[in-house]
Amino acid sequence: MRRDRLRVALYSLLIGAVLLGVWQAAVAGKPAGRSIPGPAAVAATAAHMLAHPFYDNGPNDKGIGLQLAASLGRMAIGYTIASVIAVSLGVVLGLSPVLYRAVNPYVQVLKPISPLAWMPLFLYTIRDSAQAAVLVIVMSSLWPTLANTAFGVASIKRDYLNVAAILQLSWPRRLVTVILPAAAPAIVAGLRISVGSAWVAIVAAEMLIGGTGIGYFVWNEWNNLALTSVIFAILAIGVIGVLLDAGLGRLSRRLAYTE
Amino acid sequence: MTSYLLVDHVSKTFPPAEGRGDGLDVFDDVTLEIARGEFVTMIGHSGCGKSTLLNIIAGLERPTRGGVVLEGREVTRPGMDRMVVFQNFSLMPWMTAFDNIRLAVRAAHPGWARAEVAAHVQRWVDMVGLGGAESKRPAALSGGMRQRVGLARAFSTEPKVLLLDEPFAQIDALTRGVIQDELVRMWSATRNTVFMVTHDVDEAILLSDRIALMTRGPQAKLAEQVEVKLARPRRRADLIDDPEFLRLRTHILRFLVEGSLTLT
Repeated sequence: MRRDRLRVALYSLLIGAVLLGVWQAAVAGKPAGRSIPGPAAVAATAAHMLAHPFYDNGPNDKGIGLQLAASLGRMAIGYTIASVIAVSLGVVLGLSPVLYRAVNPYVQVLKPISPLAWMPLFLYTIRDSAQAAVLVIVMSSLWPTLANTAFGVASIKRDYLNVAAILQLSWPRRLVTVILPAAAPAIVAGLRISVGSAWVAIVAAEMLIGGTGIGYFVWNEWNNLALTSVIFAILAIGVIGVLLDAGLGRLSRRLAYTE
Repeated sequence: MTSYLLVDHVSKTFPPAEGRGDGLDVFDDVTLEIARGEFVTMIGHSGCGKSTLLNIIAGLERPTRGGVVLEGREVTRPGMDRMVVFQNFSLMPWMTAFDNIRLAVRAAHPGWARAEVAAHVQRWVDMVGLGGAESKRPAALSGGMRQRVGLARAFSTEPKVLLLDEPFAQIDALTRGVIQDELVRMWSATRNTVFMVTHDVDEAILLSDRIALMTRGPQAKLAEQVEVKLARPRRRADLIDDPEFLRLRTHILRFLVEGSLTLT
């Protein structure tokens, strides 16, 4: 096992080095306007941006830390709203097979809609671009959690519910001590998919609404033709996505159980 | 006789597959009276519906005809007055052994303080010999230890009736004897009313005051009830060559092999 891990690390580094090499070779010797910046230029920009992540020189010039914080804050609100709705509704649907089947066709139709498609409707109805972006996040992180929660609750073993019935647990206690812990692995799997799609959606939503956020930052830097900033922002988006997923991965390991 | 627990002309028919035909009569017109503090065991082949009958008494299933009366009141829903010890243990796998028992004790005594509940749980942990394993989850426990948790969970709430559904079927033979002895000890201390379902003849004779014999299903019937007049406390070692034990054992085994066939 330990030898395997060493080899994995070695191969990973090797693959990284090859990718950087290919990138460097592809852009080397070409004039600045004719190709994307090379790794060295991006690294220089990264070092500069990471040295001052939180500066604020007005609406069009903010540090990358501030932009990421704006995106994460927006996402936290939308994701929390979506998760509360999805888990509550999912529990109800999971406990009632009839309701589940009645609601399922609507969920199936709504699920494949890109969350950004709702944007015009949100902008028209609430007339506030920041809130519209939050609603886009809600739409993006609703369905995976809802579907997984309903499935998880519906597949709780009959035995556990029988014990809860014999103990005559009140509804709140039954929910907290039996239903949610029993379905927790499925619920967290849904939350994990949702956090990923929310993070994907926020970048696109912010490109549309403008103002603040990492998505707006990418678009703004493109308008400035600052491609090194664009590439660094892309990498930052990836790293934050990994961290969000890892956080929920830890939660899922804590809530896992073996029968 | 005014019975404590009355199974009154209970029949169970499972609906037919695909909604056609007459369905399956599992058992028919079973009437059984159990006195307070009595230990009654039902023996029968697989498929005679004995576990279904136990679930009906528990309120987890509904009878097709007839009903169950406990202390003069009909039971139609599950309740804390009828605790079940399940064949597959049915412990919550995300809780420790201690928390599994505590869940039941808290439900039985909503007015108790936390410390009071914990002390009561600990008493039962010690009583069933779980000491040292109470902070483990069921997955980390052997079958025998898991059923100790199941027994402690059921006994600790002091139910009116204990329903034991083949409680030792999934436990290895050596451990089974030890836990049966523990069950005897707990029952002697509490004198609960017990209805047990099993297909282990020795176990039934060791534990019961009375044994109810079911014919083979489908359409199983309660054929006969055998009083076990062996003195208590009973010790496995003494029973092996006890003539009364051997007589009962032969009688029941013969019934299971032959009698159930002629009676249907």
